Amino acid sequence: MAVEEPREKWSGAVAAVRIGATSEEGGTRRGVVTLGGEATLPFLHFEGATPNPPVVAMEVLDVKPQDWPEALVKPFADVIGSPADWAAKCVKEYGAEMICLKLEGIHPDFGDRSADQAAETVKAVLKAVDVPLAIWGCDVDEKDNVVLPRCSEVAAGERCLIGTAKEDNYKTLTAACMADGHSLIAESPLDINIAKQVNILVSEMGFPLDRMVMYPTTGGLGYGIDYAYSIQERSRLAALGGDRMMAVPVVCQVGQEAWRAKEAKATTEEAPLWGPAEQRGPMWEAMTAVTLLQAGSDLLIMRHPSAVALVQRFIKGLMQR
Amino acid sequence: MIVIGERINGMFKAVNQAIQERDKKAIQDLALRQLQEGADRLDINVGTAAADPVEAMAWLVKSVREVTNVPLSIDNPNLGTIKSGLEACSGEKMINSTTGAEEALDTLLPLAKQHNASVVALCIDEKGVPVDVDGRCEIALRILTKAMEYDIPMDSLFIDPIVLPVKADQTGPGMVLESIKQFAMLADPPPHIVIGLSNLSQGAVDRKLINRTFLAMAVGQGLDAAILDPLDTELMDAMIAAEVLMNRAIYSDSFLAAYRQK
Repeated sequence: MAVEEPREKWSGAVAAVRIGATSEEGGTRRGVVTLGGEATLPFLHFEGATPNPPVVAMEVLDVKPQDWPEALVKPFADVIGSPADWAAKCVKEYGAEMICLKLEGIHPDFGDRSADQAAETVKAVLKAVDVPLAIWGCDVDEKDNVVLPRCSEVAAGERCLIGTAKEDNYKTLTAACMADGHSLIAESPLDINIAKQVNILVSEMGFPLDRMVMYPTTGGLGYGIDYAYSIQERSRLAALGGDRMMAVPVVCQVGQEAWRAKEAKATTEEAPLWGPAEQRGPMWEAMTAVTLLQAGSDLLIMRHPSAVALVQRFIKGLMQR
Repeated sequence: MIVIGERINGMFKAVNQAIQERDKKAIQDLALRQLQEGADRLDINVGTAAADPVEAMAWLVKSVREVTNVPLSIDNPNLGTIKSGLEACSGEKMINSTTGAEEALDTLLPLAKQHNASVVALCIDEKGVPVDVDGRCEIALRILTKAMEYDIPMDSLFIDPIVLPVKADQTGPGMVLESIKQFAMLADPPPHIVIGLSNLSQGAVDRKLINRTFLAMAVGQGLDAAILDPLDTELMDAMIAAEVLMNRAIYSDSFLAAYRQK
């Protein structure tokens, strides 16, 4: 009698989402990245395919960051304030495979930059780098609804990833992304039921599932990472079990959340016993990233170049069969 | 849940007529409607009316296969008709059904293996339908052992505890529920557990109410497949809700729509 191998047989797989368009596809990117496509839990190569490695996108702000600690500002000191140069440095010097442009400056309280100004920034960044681009709003619905469609328009054909759509504010951005051929980030507040609901609402508008990425909200190491982890894990189990509405890649705000922790941002003088800040912060960010990789993250948005390099190396190791 | 749509059955007047007249379009429409309403597989049953059931089965299977690739359940008590259906069926298929009687198992399990088909096995043996839970478990265990002997993967085995009309025996439904619970513990991974739901309300009034109430209860016990009428919207809604209540599907405010979009 044959003994059955203890492998799970999954009926579903995560959709594969392509970000970026080359000149043949109507864009100007040198290459594209593909997110998702997993047919098994993270990195269980013996059980099923993980066709695409997780991707690290480096975060670039449209304005000078308000609250970044010195250790984080230092690697970008010469380019901060110029998003195009900042993005170019991330790609050329720090090996970024993708850029995430965060439009913090459009926030009514942090500059209130206009839709046209934001659109100019998007164009400048697209010109400065040839990797795929994600564009992230400021989290104020009224402002995002004015600015993001304009950014979507000027980036039409580049197949960017734009966010975020939420349960009570998804129609404007979904329509813009649909019209301009972009992919969309669907956000939910650490709540798996709402995560599924947003995906359903967006897909009921006729938006294809293979152009969606979900952002279930990220918790940094020591600050809620366990909630984020278990929600991502449960969504992935559902996706592999055949729940198509959950079978979309997951994006995590690793840098943003990790650098909120005092353990990451305290200076060496403030916390001499915790070790030098220039190592501690990046390590905190890298640890947050590698933990979330095990929960099934497909796109990590990160800040510090040392953390990025460490995580890229880690992913390479995990992808070896 | 694995929903096996029951509507392509020669016992239904319209289907019988379609078989007689070889009305391919009527059959294909019925197949597509069931899939649209949430069926994962389709049961194909020529009923008793066809003059040549062997030929009618092959025609039915081929007609349905032209419009869908879902697994087809070849439903007939006669070996020749089952074989005809299996041979006519490209792609995934299942045999519906074998009993737990030794001779039937020794005939149909090798046939399933040969055609790489799933198989529904009924908890009924040479002595008939057991009168208690233990009797059903005993047959289920015998079916499991035989399936392993013939190298049928657990994922291809569907054990049916046999649902009888509640009007004829009111102790039956409770016994079936208990059997479902026990079957789920017979092996790891367990076989699928399936029921032919509509038989429950045979001859009764308020049939749909009886069917959907029982289906929800059975899902609560671990039932993971059923041969039923997917065109009964309230029945499907009750099943979908039961799966959410058992935490087998993730709740969302649009949970009914989400299931149907799968």
